[in-house]
Amino acid sequence: MAIVDPARARRAPEPWNDPAAIPYVRIENVVKRFSDFSAVNDISLNIYRGELFALLGGSGSGKTTLLRMLAGFETPSEGRILIDGVDMAGVPPYDRPVNMMFQSYALFPHMNVEQNIAFGLKQDGLPKPQIAERVGAILDMVQMSQFAKRKPHQLSGGQRQRVALARALVKQPKLLLLDEPLAALDKKLREQTQFELMTIQEKVGITFVMVTHDQEEAMTMASRIAVMDRGEIVQVGTPNEIYEYPNSRFVADFIGSVNMYEGRLVEDESDHVVIDSPALGGTVYVDHGVSAAPGANVWLAIRPEKIKVSRTRPAGTHNITRGKVRDIGYLGDVSNYYVTLQSGETMEATLPNLVRLAEPAVLWDEEVWLSWEAENAIVLTS
Amino acid sequence: MLDRRSRLVLTAMAFAFAFLYIPIVSVIVYSFNESRLVTVWSGFSLKWWRELPQNTAMVSAALLSLKIAFVTATVAVVLGTFAGVALARYKRFRGRTLFTGLITAPLVMPEVIMGISLLLLFVMLERLTGWPERGFTTVAIAHVTFTMAYVAVIVQSRLVTFDYALEEAAQDLGARPAKVFFVITLPIIAPALVSGWLLAFTLSLDDLVIAQFVTGPADTTLPILVYSSVRRGVSPEINVLASIIVGIVTIGIIIATLLLQRRERIRRREAWTG
Repeated sequence: MAIVDPARARRAPEPWNDPAAIPYVRIENVVKRFSDFSAVNDISLNIYRGELFALLGGSGSGKTTLLRMLAGFETPSEGRILIDGVDMAGVPPYDRPVNMMFQSYALFPHMNVEQNIAFGLKQDGLPKPQIAERVGAILDMVQMSQFAKRKPHQLSGGQRQRVALARALVKQPKLLLLDEPLAALDKKLREQTQFELMTIQEKVGITFVMVTHDQEEAMTMASRIAVMDRGEIVQVGTPNEIYEYPNSRFVADFIGSVNMYEGRLVEDESDHVVIDSPALGGTVYVDHGVSAAPGANVWLAIRPEKIKVSRTRPAGTHNITRGKVRDIGYLGDVSNYYVTLQSGETMEATLPNLVRLAEPAVLWDEEVWLSWEAENAIVLTS
Repeated sequence: MLDRRSRLVLTAMAFAFAFLYIPIVSVIVYSFNESRLVTVWSGFSLKWWRELPQNTAMVSAALLSLKIAFVTATVAVVLGTFAGVALARYKRFRGRTLFTGLITAPLVMPEVIMGISLLLLFVMLERLTGWPERGFTTVAIAHVTFTMAYVAVIVQSRLVTFDYALEEAAQDLGARPAKVFFVITLPIIAPALVSGWLLAFTLSLDDLVIAQFVTGPADTTLPILVYSSVRRGVSPEINVLASIIVGIVTIGIIIATLLLQRRERIRRREAWTG
């Protein structure tokens, strides 16, 4: 499946699509069992040099455990982890070419900003002038030079985040691990910092692996995302692939909002399928094939922003249904319309509010027609 | 207007403070008494303050007690810290409950029993090996035994709120575990160690019962001297000495409190903005 991802176009190389590319980080059949459960269950993953890779999942998905195994704080029960071709088994955290930015930032409270950043270089026994030079350079990069002598408790949340990033980057690790890097920031600052982090990553060229539960964060920043659930990877792909081509109901539901309906495959051709869905009150035509036998039960997923709402019946025979507007959620930039279909199911449609102070396109309790293009419905078999 | 309840609370508090501090204040006041009789006020004088330094027995007892307290507090902080760290850090190991019990037993053990059992131990050891001679060494060992329990408890409770990500971060940046402990953990929990040290110091300086059991004929600590001289009739110099000790302890407690408060403020601010 060759997909052109417009957002990623400037990061042209896609080593994961190149069979000759050598992965930089290789996670091979890694299992982590704690006394009574497995947090990570047979995960294999290749990460390429220069990627900003996101591990995305809810709590208990095993994403943090996987990150901690990369850092060396946890030892895999089975399987192995290779970084730049070197097996990390038995290599303690303090000898790994890996640095981590902690969720709490873990800045040393008894040291000032400069000392915090210099700590790692000191452990390597670098000469003092060299340490000073590198600390100065990284402080410049994160724009914290004027705060060099401050203690962590004298900094704001955003400033601490920068110091934590600088401290982890200054050793120029082969791999930088970020545990929920932006979770402690408020929304505005978080959005701003996302792009800053990406810029810095491009500048230093270090491979980043990030753990997050925030799908927007992962979508915005990551080159690829691994969606995790209960210790397993459900899907790996670019943000675009994950959003537009989810491979399961879990992923479709986890990323963004989605309308999901059960249906039965009635016609299966190589270029299209027809699905009978009582919930939608008719048949649905999808213009790509699926790997399931006719008669199989499937699920149909349609993103709310891909649904058109109109007062009159749109032209065409397929992919049209009717309902009554139950609720309208006004969010400013867009409005969410919750429409009760004749089958009793609900369909959510998102429409942009293009004109200021305009009346809503449709009103409460209005009968409307809902339609979508054949290419915009996703057929899921699991 | 104060309501009935808060007036009751205030009265109770006033009584409590009176019980606690009137005796101490009267000791200080009577240290400036002119009379030879401790209980009769006959006018202000610095006579006893001047005479104290001439009382060599008392001065040397005081010095001995301070020396013992210093050694005790220092050793107790080292051992107690290790014990406290072990208790806080290792949630599960064989014999943890037993270890916890053994560490904290001295907190609840009657002093008389501590004293007599330590005495038996020292006598037996001396008979077998010729060491230790009873006196400074035995008192210090005995004091370490019971004060390190306090230090362990203080360190353990400080570590409950310790962010272990700090230690992981230090390791991640290339520091070995032993170095992490000395460069990161210790400086951060230092205020707890200081208050543990001060507590051990005070407890040692204060102890009569255990010292009575384990000391030798040559080494008389201050509490022992005071206690035995009271039986012979109290000399007003004791009031002076008591005033000095109260002064030292007060200053120590104030310093420890300020230290802890400052740290606590910083920590709370960090938690708040972080």
